[in-house]
Order: sequence, then structure tokens, then C-alpha cells
Amino acid sequence: MTIKLLYFASLRETLGISGEEVTLPDDVSNIAGLRIFLAARGDAWQVLIRSQNLRAAVNQKIAGSEAGISDGDEVAFFPPVTGG
Amino acid sequence: MSVSVQSETFDVGHEIALLTRDNHGVGAVASFVGLVRDLHGGRADDNRVGAMTLEHYPGMTEHALEEIVAEARRRWELLAVRVIHRFGRLLPGEAIVLVIVAGAHRGETFAACEFIMDYLKTRAPFWKKEEGTDGAESARWVDARLSDETAAQRWKKQ
Repeated sequence: MTIKLLYFASLRETLGISGEEVTLPDDVSNIAGLRIFLAARGDAWQVLIRSQNLRAAVNQKIAGSEAGISDGDEVAFFPPVTGG
Repeated sequence: MSVSVQSETFDVGHEIALLTRDNHGVGAVASFVGLVRDLHGGRADDNRVGAMTLEHYPGMTEHALEEIVAEARRRWELLAVRVIHRFGRLLPGEAIVLVIVAGAHRGETFAACEFIMDYLKTRAPFWKKEEGTDGAESARWVDARLSDETAAQRWKKQ
């Protein structure tokens, strides 16, 4: 399946990318699996498994590590929010 | 249109007038305005904040704010709610956020206004980056504060 990925704030700067389309292998089906898949890209990407603080959203709703991912989904990773 | 995410500033009086116009059941209006301070997250620091840039997640931000307003309306009997949150580069003294709650009596409007701000600070996808007075070179992302999470937790239903 192919999903749209978005990265925000300090994570966007750490990774040097704000978004991308990525095709996932069949065994990646939830947020936890996606973090491990992306972390394998290299040093900067290790933050996705090392930082417990990083939040995830699937289709613009906050999602836990067990949340499922489907073809065409929009998945975002970002640090804790600091608005207001 | 109870929620707006915009770069432009806002006029509190104008927004209150719009909200209460033709709604004579309103007996109380509570409002909150958040401003950019020139202190680094309240910490002692020689280098004061020269500007702040707010990043957000277009689409999710609006949905998150609408969901917070809907939750407030489930908890309290409210007649009207307005939330405006700005993004982009803001200077100290500029307004960042506005929450207006209108109801029949003051109790629910005070409570709902505080609830919306507490949830907004921990659930709406905005991120602040502060610059020092020496420019964007020294810019750094603001850390989330535990005290904001604690403030939101107290609204958890028993």
C-alpha cells in the first residue's frame, strides 16, 4: 500500500523533509510497524523509535502505536503540541 | 463558522458583537486572549524573545479545534462559541489565540472558556518556535510543558 507521510516542527527539521509518499511492505500495518520501517532509513530517522514523545496521527486524528494504516491514508508524525 | 485558523490578527470587540448579535438569550460572555510574551517560556534568559513563529497542521488543526468546541458544548449549555488561532510569525505583544464563549449565565461560560484553552494547548497541532532578539539564527522550538498537560487532565471525567 501507498500512504502520504507528513512531518512537522522540530521533527521536520531533524529529518529535512516535510512530507512524502511512501509504499510500504506488506508486513507494515500499524503505527508501531511504520516507525520501525522508517527508523531503518538511517541515523536521523532513529528518532521515530527513540523518542517516546513523538505523536502520530492517522487521517488527521491522534493515533496510538497500535492504530492501523490503510492504503491512501495520511499519516503524520510530530512533537508534543505547544500552541495557545 | 465557530473556528478559524488564520495569519491575520483579530478584533475581540468585533468578534463578541458578531457572536451576540441577534441572540438576546445571551446573559454572559467570557473571553480569553493569549499574547506573545518576550520571555523564553518564562525561564530566566538574557536573550529575550524577538519573535515567534507558529507552525500548524492544516486540516487537522481545524478538526481538532472543532472537536474541542463540540466537547465543550456537550459538557455545558452554551449559546455560542468562537475560537481564532493565528499562525505565522508574530511579535511580542501580538495576539495568538482568542476564545469567546457565550451562554445564559457566567458559570458555564467561565468554565467552558478555560476548558477550551486547556484542551487547545494540549490537543491542537500547533508548534511554537522562538527567535531571540538577535534574529532567526537563534530560533528554537518551544518544549511542551507538563503544567499544560496537568491543566488539561483536571477536566477528565471521573
